Amino acid sequence: MPDGVIRAVNDVSFHVERGEVVAIVGESGSGKSVTALAILRLVSEPLGRIIAGAVRLDGQDLLRLDHEAMRRVRGHRIGMVFQEPMTSLNPVLSIGRQLTEAMQTHLGLSPGAAHARAVELLQLVGIAEPERRLKQYPHHLSGGMRQRAMIAMALSCKPELIIADEPTTALDVTIQAQILHLMQDLCRRLDVALIIITHNLGVVARYADRVNVMYAGRIVERGSASDLYRAPSHPYTIGLLNSVPRLDRPRDIPMEPIPGSPPDPLALPSGCAFRPRCKLAMSHCAEAAPPLRSVATAHESACFELHRLQAMVPA
Amino acid sequence: MTRYLIRRAIGAVIVMWAVATLVFFMLRIVPGDPIGAMLFDAGDAAAVEALRHKLGLDAPIYVQYVKWFWLVFQGDLGNSIYGSNMPVSKAIIEALPRTLSLAGLGFIIALVIAVPAGLIAATRRNTMLDNVVSFWAFLGLSMPEFWFGILLIIVFAAGLKWLPAIGYVPLSDGFWPWVSHLILPAIAVGTTFSAIIARNIRSGMLEVLKTDYIRVARAKGLTTSAVILRHAFPNALIPVITVAGIAFALLMANAVVVENVFSIKGLGRLLINSILNRDYPTVQGAVLVVSAIFVLSNLVVDVLYTMIDPRIRYDK
Repeated sequence: MPDGVIRAVNDVSFHVERGEVVAIVGESGSGKSVTALAILRLVSEPLGRIIAGAVRLDGQDLLRLDHEAMRRVRGHRIGMVFQEPMTSLNPVLSIGRQLTEAMQTHLGLSPGAAHARAVELLQLVGIAEPERRLKQYPHHLSGGMRQRAMIAMALSCKPELIIADEPTTALDVTIQAQILHLMQDLCRRLDVALIIITHNLGVVARYADRVNVMYAGRIVERGSASDLYRAPSHPYTIGLLNSVPRLDRPRDIPMEPIPGSPPDPLALPSGCAFRPRCKLAMSHCAEAAPPLRSVATAHESACFELHRLQAMVPA
Repeated sequence: MTRYLIRRAIGAVIVMWAVATLVFFMLRIVPGDPIGAMLFDAGDAAAVEALRHKLGLDAPIYVQYVKWFWLVFQGDLGNSIYGSNMPVSKAIIEALPRTLSLAGLGFIIALVIAVPAGLIAATRRNTMLDNVVSFWAFLGLSMPEFWFGILLIIVFAAGLKWLPAIGYVPLSDGFWPWVSHLILPAIAVGTTFSAIIARNIRSGMLEVLKTDYIRVARAKGLTTSAVILRHAFPNALIPVITVAGIAFALLMANAVVVENVFSIKGLGRLLINSILNRDYPTVQGAVLVVSAIFVLSNLVVDVLYTMIDPRIRYDK
């Protein structure tokens, strides 16, 4: 690994309410996953460090907790669902063991009580024959089923927040919709806040209430999912929308991928990091990073050239 | 599983037969024979011929081979052709517990040192403790076990006079006399083994600690000891068991050498003496027993896999 300090995430700030689904969108390497791990303080020191900021859960700053107190937050008040259901379960422990251990650790449940709740949880996430599944090992389960089991684990200790990092990227398209629907539905019903990290705008459109678009470690645009679709207000967001094939647009309008690739985090461009790939870039974009500014109610964008944006918006 | 075990048992018999056959013919290819070893070329031709006939060595080799195997299948390993003409099985039964005690205790001592050392080195990577473990493992791999054995005798037996230097006392004479005679040689026998195991546990753990499921276990808020011992260690153990099975051979080989340093009349001593004397039946019998131990340890390794890793199942 080359030496140097990488500011993987910079000035990122957002909030989630209970029962609400917030999406963080961006390309690979834009800092989405690091943000998620940083919330749980799982960015391993001394390689990674949170230099400044606060992570408030119900008003309590998680960055000020000691290691032991933080451990009790993980899996208990914040559940996490990871990207790779195929490798996220321990191959040598039974599903039951992996599902009950957090409940025994955090809620102090007896093995019997934890088992009973595990059966309920598997039913909740739509796994048939829960008793039999609990005895099985991960290799007996399909990818979709494993991700359901992961969701059951994330829910097991009745968390206030669930962070799902690309929860459906590794799954078949038909399963993706089921899993996302399940997560959205459960979080609404159980009044849990949900952060979905994804690069898939389709996911955002259907399941998120609010969206944060990240580029090179910063939030460049945020607003409600419908605002973002109807009136995207950052060249990057527009670029993202233009690079997705859409069935609702005439076939003769070609897709327009964003030219170039995300910047090397060791050598970020000065000013606005999106500048080298931006059609609207002006000389003053190199001078300072644009701050988030309101473009409409609850809709913000970080771009100096907003007034020229109209030219980019697809018909 | 039963079918698998039966298949493995048949395989084991074939392996042991092959080893015994190989040893049988190799012994007869090696220059020198029992007559030369007994008479030191002093006897006249008639005496040599008489002795050859008495020992059955004047028969064609294939006749000797068939005869020996016929007896082995009946459970008779024959008699030593040297000295007291003691039955080979009796000599082995006397020697085997000594070697097994030595190797067994060496194995236990090695694991008691290697498991915590490997775990500490992996979880405290690149710290002073990790370096200490690495240095010790390097030393353990580099030191010849007989030299280390002599060193132990000089320090703990001759110098500090804490433990006896040589000999063996059976367990029936009491636990402490038995164990006190075995501690030093067992340490000498187990050092290389524990160095190998510690290094493998360290590298296995480092590999496993990078996996997604360990990150998940941490994200669940499990205690560090649960993450390390319940989630990481069993996974790290799978490759270690493979190495341990191979390294067990090394442990036995070390025992043979170390027995000589500590004057323990075990299987190794028996084997070496009988080879020097060209005591054909004793060598053949002892090698048969050693090969049985190896085949058995390999079987134990394969069964251990299924106990640790639910993905490994033999014939369902």
